[in-house]
Amino acid sequence: MNTYIKNFVFSASFASALFIGTMNWASAYSIYVSNEKDNTISVIDSELLEVIHTAEVGERPRGIELSKDKNYLYICASDDDIVEVMDLETYEIVHTLPSGPDPELMVLGPEGKLLYVANEDDNLVTVVDVENRRVVVEIPVGIEPEGLGISPDGKWLVNTSETTNMAHFINLETNQVEYNVLVDTRPRVAQFTADAKQVWVSSEIGGTVAVIDTESHEIIKKIGFEISGIRPESVQPVGIKISHDQSKVFVALGPAARIGVIDRETLEVVDYLLVGQRVWNLDLSPDGTRVYTTNGVSNDVSVIDVNSLKVLKSIPVGRLPWGVLTREES
Amino acid sequence: MNFVSYYRCFQGIGIREGLRFVHQRGRFFSALVRPLVWLFIFAAGFRSVLGVSMIAPYETYVLYEEYITPGLVGMILLFNGMQSSLSMVYDREMGSMRVLLVSPLPRWYLLSCKLMAGVSVAVIQVYVFLLISFFWDVEPPLIGYLAVLPALFVSGLMLGAMGLLLSSLVKQLENFAGVMNFIIFPMFFASSALYPLWRVRDSSLLLYYFCEFNPFTHAVELIRFALYGQFNSTAAIVVLSVLIVFLCGSIYGYDPSRGFMARRPGGGGG
Repeated sequence: MNTYIKNFVFSASFASALFIGTMNWASAYSIYVSNEKDNTISVIDSELLEVIHTAEVGERPRGIELSKDKNYLYICASDDDIVEVMDLETYEIVHTLPSGPDPELMVLGPEGKLLYVANEDDNLVTVVDVENRRVVVEIPVGIEPEGLGISPDGKWLVNTSETTNMAHFINLETNQVEYNVLVDTRPRVAQFTADAKQVWVSSEIGGTVAVIDTESHEIIKKIGFEISGIRPESVQPVGIKISHDQSKVFVALGPAARIGVIDRETLEVVDYLLVGQRVWNLDLSPDGTRVYTTNGVSNDVSVIDVNSLKVLKSIPVGRLPWGVLTREES
Repeated sequence: MNFVSYYRCFQGIGIREGLRFVHQRGRFFSALVRPLVWLFIFAAGFRSVLGVSMIAPYETYVLYEEYITPGLVGMILLFNGMQSSLSMVYDREMGSMRVLLVSPLPRWYLLSCKLMAGVSVAVIQVYVFLLISFFWDVEPPLIGYLAVLPALFVSGLMLGAMGLLLSSLVKQLENFAGVMNFIIFPMFFASSALYPLWRVRDSSLLLYYFCEFNPFTHAVELIRFALYGQFNSTAAIVVLSVLIVFLCGSIYGYDPSRGFMARRPGGGGG
């Protein structure tokens, strides 16, 4: 009898340990969404998949970025011409950063000290020191600069300019544009691969994603998208995210209300996932198992399971959701 | 009458319905082809026109194919219910109904057995349809395939009971075309089978109320929710209530001394 009891206690302990292990493995995180029309940031809980808080911010919030310690959120308040800094414990704006006019997208350097902001109206990339809260340098680029992608080693910044239709490769040691690569019309987002050998650039009007070799600065392939029943002009690639294992690339296709999934090896589109209307930007969860997309017209965020490539849920947020990013709870 | 007699009666009616189903392969295929044509052709053509929906029980956007699948399941049950009633009229004309109705068992039991057997055949057709639609990217959660079973039976019984009631009213086989025009089509089109009701409300409030009062709408919604592992209590209450009313009506209708058949020239069935 005692043996049975021992076996039972052992099994129960083992099961509990497994359960607790699973709980720890699936750690909680938050999802932050900037709502361009409501002037708010929606905070979504990753387990509830519901908005748990809405914070008021400046006018027309668009691009958002986390500080290196992940305690603060930088918010491009485009119509206020500043970058706001939000404390993620209190959801209060603690201070602002100079950004130049109409900041839209930004990217933080790997050391967490410099913030690179694209100023659409001034044809500049403004480099801001986040500690001293001052502009360090302004880098002239093409007309209507938009997307910014920084190499993992922090040596290169790729900026796209919407009207010049170029990806500008900026050497961050000299802060000079060294290479220009012509891509399709209205380039938006630039994203480096983890090995820094490629940069992926989406072209909104051109309807393609260009895969650029960072050594030769040549386009390896332009990937187009064909969705049955959807007019080609409705396919407008914007946000790009590469899965943690680097095997898949997720591309937000705007009014097509689809996420295109591209195989990194073959550079072919393998699937289209139905999400909300005018899907604009996206981000991966910290563990890389989910993708979150902002759907501007339908005012929601769609949740995609990376392994099964299924859309799990769409969560209503504020009006015109624009930027999205995830943060692991400390 | 003991339990064995009741069971034997149910077995007899069930086997007869099963044999009819097996022997009439054309009926099986036509019952299957009808919703598949809607799924493969109609849904494809209207995919971009009607757009996508995000309404309960769906947690995200779904393609039109996925939206109309529960409606097409309802269509199978609806047509099967009507087919059953058609066969009752045929049986009555051919005289084989007499064999059934001379049974010493109560008439309500005979009719319930007839209904249950008919619905069982329809449920098989539904599962074959769901299997085919799975390969057409209509992939509800696995639990939904199990959860939908009671919803299929309750909805099928309701539609079958409606068919029985109609068959007690329809005098001749030729009159069945009228049933198609005045019952099946309005029931199917004025429901949530093909489009969400909020879209109907946008164009006509009167039509929206008509759709809301249509029991077929509730049968479709019961199936839709169950297929996604959820329970729609309003739809369940409506479907069960209408089932009881139709069943009582058809039992009354088939009672030769009081029912609708008694009031016909010549009285009684057969």
